[in-house]
Amino acid sequence: MSTKVSENKAFFNQLKKYYTLYTGGFVAFVVLLAIAEALGLPREYIGYAFLFATVALYATIGVMSRTADVSEYYVAGRRVPAVFNGMATGADWMSAASFIGMAGGLYLQGFDGLAFIMGWTGGYCLVAFLLAPYLRKFGQFTIPDFLGARYGGHLVRSIGVAAAILCSFTYVVAQIYGVGIITSRFTGVEFGVGVFLGLGGILVCSFLGGMRAVTWTQVAQYVILIVAYLIPVIWLSVKHTSVPIPQIVYGTVLEKVSAREEELIKDPREIEVRGLLKKKAEEAKARVDALPQSLEAAKAASAAKVAELKVANAPEDQIAAAAKVPATPEEAKKAWTAEANGLTARSAPPIKHAEPFYSAAADPAKAEAERDIKRRNFLALIFCLMLGTAALPHILMRYYTTPSVTEARRSVFWSLFCIFLLYFTAPALAVLVKFDIYTLIVGSKFAELPPWVAAWTKVDPSLLTITDLNADGIVQLAEIKLGQDIVVLATPAIAGMPYVITGLVAAGGLAAALSTADGLLLTISNALSHDLYYKMIDPTASTQRRVLISKVLLLFVALAAASVASQKPADILFLVSAAFSFAAAAFFPALVAGVFWKRANGPGAIAGMVAGLGVCFYYMATTQPWLRGMFGVTSPIADNLWLGIQPISAGIFGVPVGVVTLVVVSLLTKAPDAHTQELVEHVRYPDLKGDAKSLVHG
Amino acid sequence: MQLTETHRHYWKKNLRLTIVLLSIWFFVTFVVGFLARPLAEFKILGWPFSFYMCAQGSLIVYVVLIWFYAKKMHQLDVEHGVDEGEG
Repeated sequence: MSTKVSENKAFFNQLKKYYTLYTGGFVAFVVLLAIAEALGLPREYIGYAFLFATVALYATIGVMSRTADVSEYYVAGRRVPAVFNGMATGADWMSAASFIGMAGGLYLQGFDGLAFIMGWTGGYCLVAFLLAPYLRKFGQFTIPDFLGARYGGHLVRSIGVAAAILCSFTYVVAQIYGVGIITSRFTGVEFGVGVFLGLGGILVCSFLGGMRAVTWTQVAQYVILIVAYLIPVIWLSVKHTSVPIPQIVYGTVLEKVSAREEELIKDPREIEVRGLLKKKAEEAKARVDALPQSLEAAKAASAAKVAELKVANAPEDQIAAAAKVPATPEEAKKAWTAEANGLTARSAPPIKHAEPFYSAAADPAKAEAERDIKRRNFLALIFCLMLGTAALPHILMRYYTTPSVTEARRSVFWSLFCIFLLYFTAPALAVLVKFDIYTLIVGSKFAELPPWVAAWTKVDPSLLTITDLNADGIVQLAEIKLGQDIVVLATPAIAGMPYVITGLVAAGGLAAALSTADGLLLTISNALSHDLYYKMIDPTASTQRRVLISKVLLLFVALAAASVASQKPADILFLVSAAFSFAAAAFFPALVAGVFWKRANGPGAIAGMVAGLGVCFYYMATTQPWLRGMFGVTSPIADNLWLGIQPISAGIFGVPVGVVTLVVVSLLTKAPDAHTQELVEHVRYPDLKGDAKSLVHG
Repeated sequence: MQLTETHRHYWKKNLRLTIVLLSIWFFVTFVVGFLARPLAEFKILGWPFSFYMCAQGSLIVYVVLIWFYAKKMHQLDVEHGVDEGEG
C-alpha cells in the first residue's frame, strides 16, 4: 500500500508542477497579446491567435496522452487525484451554455433564473451522498455497467445504453453548435467551417487517448475558462463599486438596479415606446391573420424598397436586408408569429430583478395566481436539474477515475467547488451588467453610444440592436433588443478592457464547449463499444480490439453530431434542457435503489426506467411546441399541462412514477439472488477486508 | 463474506449522516425556495434574503455539506476498519 501512496503523491506533485507552469505560460501568452494589441495588432489576429493557440495546446496534451490500454482509455488508469478530477469535472460539466448563456439568462429572467444556479450546483449533493463513492467502489467502466451488474441481464443494460445516448447526443450537438457560433463570431469564418474546426478540436483531445487525454485536457480547459470568466467580472466590479470581489458587493448594486426599475416602469417615454412596440406586434399579428394575401403585399413592398435603395446607391447589406421576405406562406407564418411574440415580450415593462416570481398583472387575484404557477415551476425545475445532474452519465463516469473511494468523495467536493466559482459569479455579473445598461446606456444620446454597441450589432444583430423607435434621439430601455449571450461576450468591452480580454472570453467559451463535448462523446462511444459490443455482442474481444472499436465509434459519433449541428437545428436548446428530465427519470431511481435498497431487482428497475422515461416523453410530446408538431398533437397546450408545469420539468412527474413503479414491480417479483445482494454489500464499504476482490467480472 | 456487527453499525451511521445532510440540502433548496416571497422582506447587505440564498447562500451550504460528508465518512471508515489504508 505505502508504495502506491507515495507513487500517487509523486504523481500529484508532478501534475501540480506541470499545471502551474502551464497556467503561468498561458498568462504570459495573454500579456504578450495585450502588448501586441497596444502596438497595433488587428483584432482579427487576436481572435485567431486565441483560437489556434488554445486548440493547438489541447491537441498537444491529447497526443501526449495517447494510449491503447483499456484501463487508461476508459478510466484514465484510475489515478486522477481528487483536485484534478474536480477541475476536470468542472470543465466537463460547464458547457457553452453555462459559460456564455447563463449570466444572460439571469439578466433576462431575474430571480426566477436562479433555478438554474441552484439546480446545477445542488445536484452535486446527491452525487456526493448517494452515488459517487459507491460507483467508485463498484469500479467498472460505464454507468450501464453498474445497471447490468446490479440488476442482471442485457435488457437493463440496453435501456441504460439507449438512455445514455438519448441524453448525451443532443447535448453534444449543442456543444458543437456552440463551437461553431464562437469561432464564427470571433474569426469571421463561416458557421459551417467553425463547426468542423470545432470537431477537429474535440477529436484531437479524445480520439487518441480516450478518458486519459480528455481528463488532462479538461484540467487545462478548466484553468482557461475560469480565468476568462472571472477577470472581466472583477474588472467590472471595480468600475461600479471599486471593490474587486463582485460576489460580496453586488447586493448594493442590486438595490440601485431595483430603484432604477421603479423609475423605468413609470417613465413616460418608456411607456410611449412600449406602446409603439405593442402596435407593431399587433401589425405583425394582423399580417399572420391575413395570409396569404399579406405575403404578396410584403413581397411587393420589399421589391419597391429594393428598387428605391438601388437608385439611391445604398450599401449592399441594406439592400440585402430589404430583399429578405419569407418565401412561402408557411415560412411567413412562422417568421411573423415569432416577430409578433418577440415584440409583445419587449412591450412589457421591465421585470423586477430581485423579486421572486414577479408578476406585472394589476389585478391582485390574477397576480397571485401567476406567482403561484411561477413558484411551482421554479421548484419543479430545480428538482429536475438536480436529479438530472446526479444522473448524467458523463459526470458520474468521472468518479470512476479516482484512485480510491475516499478520493472520489473528496473529488465531488472539489468538483462542486470548481463549479461554484463560476456559478456564484454569474448572478453578480448579470446584476452588474444590468446596472451598466440601465444607468449608462438608457438615457444616453444615440450619437454618444459607446463603440462596443455598434461593434456587437455588426457581429450579430440578434445579440444587440438599439433602434430609436420614438425618434427622440435618446435611448429608452424598451428600444434595446438584447440576446442573452451578449452579457458575457460584451462584459470586457463594457468594463473598458482591451480587446485581448474579449479574445480570452472567446477562448473560455470554446474551452467550455470543447471540454463538455469531449466528455459526452466519450460517454456515447463507450456505451456503444463497451456495453453494446464487448458486453453483449462479443465478450471474447481482445483489449486492443475494444479500444480500437471505441475509437472508430467515437469518430463516427462526432461526425454525426457535427453534421446535425451544421444544420443549425432550431430546437436544440429545448432538447438540451430536456436531457435533464430524461436522465433524472431514466437513471436516478435505478442507480440510487441499486445501492440503498437490496430488494430492488431487475424487473423493477426495467419497469421503473421505462415508466419514468415514458411519462417524461408523453408529457413533453403533448406540451412542447416542436415535439407536438412532430407527433401531430393538436389539442390546446393548456389542456395538456398538469398543474401548469412547463415541459422542461417533465421529470417532476417522470421521477415519482419511475420510483413507484420500481418499488411495486420489485416487490411483486422475486428478490435478487445472493450474488447480487453480496454485490450491494461490496459497494457499500470502501474496503471490506476479506471480501472477494471483484464480484463483477464477466 | 459475512458482515460483522461493526460493519452493520458503520452502514447505519452512514445512513444517518446521509439523511441529516440531505435534510439540510432539502431545507435550503426547497423550503427556502417555497418561502422566497415572504423571505424577500428581510435584507442583508442590500440583497433581499431569498435572492441572496438562491444566488449564493445555498451554494455555499452545498459546498460545505459535501466537504463535511467526505471528512466525516473518512473518519467512519477508519473507526470501523473499512478504510482503504491510505491516510
